[in-house]
Amino acid sequence: MRDFLKRYSSSSLAMVGLAIVLVAVFAAAFGPWLVPFDPNTQDILQRLKPPLWRGTDGMHLLGTDALGRDIFSRIIVGARVSILVGVSAVVISSIVGVTFGLIAGYEDKYAGRVLMMLTDIQLAIPFMVLALAVAAVVGPSLWNIIAILGLTNWVQYARVVRAECLVLREREFVQAAHMMGISTPHILTRHLLPNVMSSVIVISSLLVAKMIIFESSLSFLGLGVPPATPTWGTMIAEGRNYIGNAWWVATIPGVAIFVTVMGTNLVGDRLRDLLDPRLRQVES
Amino acid sequence: MADFLISRLLYAAAVLLGVSVAVFFLIRIGGDPSALFLPPEAPVEEIERFRRLMGFDRPLAVQYFDFLGRALQGDFGMSLRYDQPAMKLVLERVPATLQLGAMALLMSLVISIPLAILAAAKHGSAIDRASLLASLLGQSFPAFWLAIMLILLFSETFRLLPPSGRGTWQQLIMPAIVLATYSTAIITRLLRSSMIEVLQSDYVRTARGKGVKESRIILSHALRNAAIPTLTVIGLQVGALLGGAVITEEVFAYPGVGRLAIQAIANRDFTVVQAFVVLMAALIVTINLLVDLSYGLLDPRLRKGK
Repeated sequence: MRDFLKRYSSSSLAMVGLAIVLVAVFAAAFGPWLVPFDPNTQDILQRLKPPLWRGTDGMHLLGTDALGRDIFSRIIVGARVSILVGVSAVVISSIVGVTFGLIAGYEDKYAGRVLMMLTDIQLAIPFMVLALAVAAVVGPSLWNIIAILGLTNWVQYARVVRAECLVLREREFVQAAHMMGISTPHILTRHLLPNVMSSVIVISSLLVAKMIIFESSLSFLGLGVPPATPTWGTMIAEGRNYIGNAWWVATIPGVAIFVTVMGTNLVGDRLRDLLDPRLRQVES
Repeated sequence: MADFLISRLLYAAAVLLGVSVAVFFLIRIGGDPSALFLPPEAPVEEIERFRRLMGFDRPLAVQYFDFLGRALQGDFGMSLRYDQPAMKLVLERVPATLQLGAMALLMSLVISIPLAILAAAKHGSAIDRASLLASLLGQSFPAFWLAIMLILLFSETFRLLPPSGRGTWQQLIMPAIVLATYSTAIITRLLRSSMIEVLQSDYVRTARGKGVKESRIILSHALRNAAIPTLTVIGLQVGALLGGAVITEEVFAYPGVGRLAIQAIANRDFTVVQAFVVLMAALIVTINLLVDLSYGLLDPRLRKGK
């Protein structure tokens, strides 16, 4: 472990990524207690104030939006939805995908074929439209968004885990376990699962980054988390109408998404290099 | 080859059948589909009449086979908003999206292929690391935000390009850039890593030993072999790219299928959504089929075989 940390920290870009991720997680966890203003308090007299570095006086570090709400506070509080949705959706997809992959890789006969079929069906449906349509049908809410994103992004786990299991199942320790009469669920969870964990970690870290972008896209189109909660995607959608006279309203939340996603990608990239260089080929 | 073709075609048909089941159940996840089409304040009698009119009161299996039978003839029902066949509305928008997609694909190939070749040929150099970083950055922001930033820069600030619509080539530039960004990042990254792998292979070493010119090794030996894994992943990514087109079209008010789909979702015009999903799925499955068949062209070893 210590050796791993040492190797991880030898890349300065990866350390920058880690720092960004830690800040984002901190903001997500403690945001409401950190912010100078209530993120939902409207102050019409203070509407569309530019950020402080533009030389105007005022108390709003990153300016205010069209309703006079403090953008800095909304960005900090908005981290919660992004991180929560990103991480929870990845947990769901990894559970679904890894379970599918383990079974299909070990019991290749029918399960394997059914699985490949399912993944191809899933890949044939434009994900964004599927997510939007489902959100429109079941109604947008935090948990619905998490469920939709989680259940539509498990394909990559299933494919990679299955491919690794097809190789692992021929190895002596698995064959021996099978011959000793150990039950299949036990073999899957105790013998195969630990051996695919490094790939799962790498895929997960890169998928969190994508999920954050997906969540912001759904919010941007008005089918994400309901508007009472500040989210970065919704903030961009609201700011879009003022792009001509108040560029900062739409720009700043995008920078927040960009920095967070880049940080997550940098961490994921480093983990991939260290844990599983082969995965470079199977890029999402 | 004929067996391979037939089995691939059957498989593609089976996948599309699966898509039709998914699309059928899509509007039924929440229970009674009539609730989706009618306003919430609709009186009970009207809901009942609508259920009978649409056939939602029949057994599910009957409804599905009826849906499938019509879908095979291209009949997805009428758009509830525009009073036209749903598939006709979608098909009308296809040329606009194809034009945008072709432009974006062209842009991303023109940038990514030379960049990947250069990075792989000078593996470990500054340009290699720059290309890696650039492709990482290219995947790190949402398409809609890049779109808004381009509008801010080129339409609001410099007033060079129109912010929306379709008709002139100026209106095509910004949507194409946005759409090309993500695929450029992915293609560069993939092609670079498979090129690096191929350049270390035995046959490249043999070619070098025989004194073949380096430019010829890279362009005809390495590029051709590195293209296969790259093509596979691009095939798998087509769905994601089309998803990107949906959002891009929406931001630029570009009248393609993606914008139609988003409007249809907003208008609860679900017959159009169904027609859209099935058409896109057919397109994606066809592209993947072509990718599978193209392996034979790129790699003679695969021409026989399964």
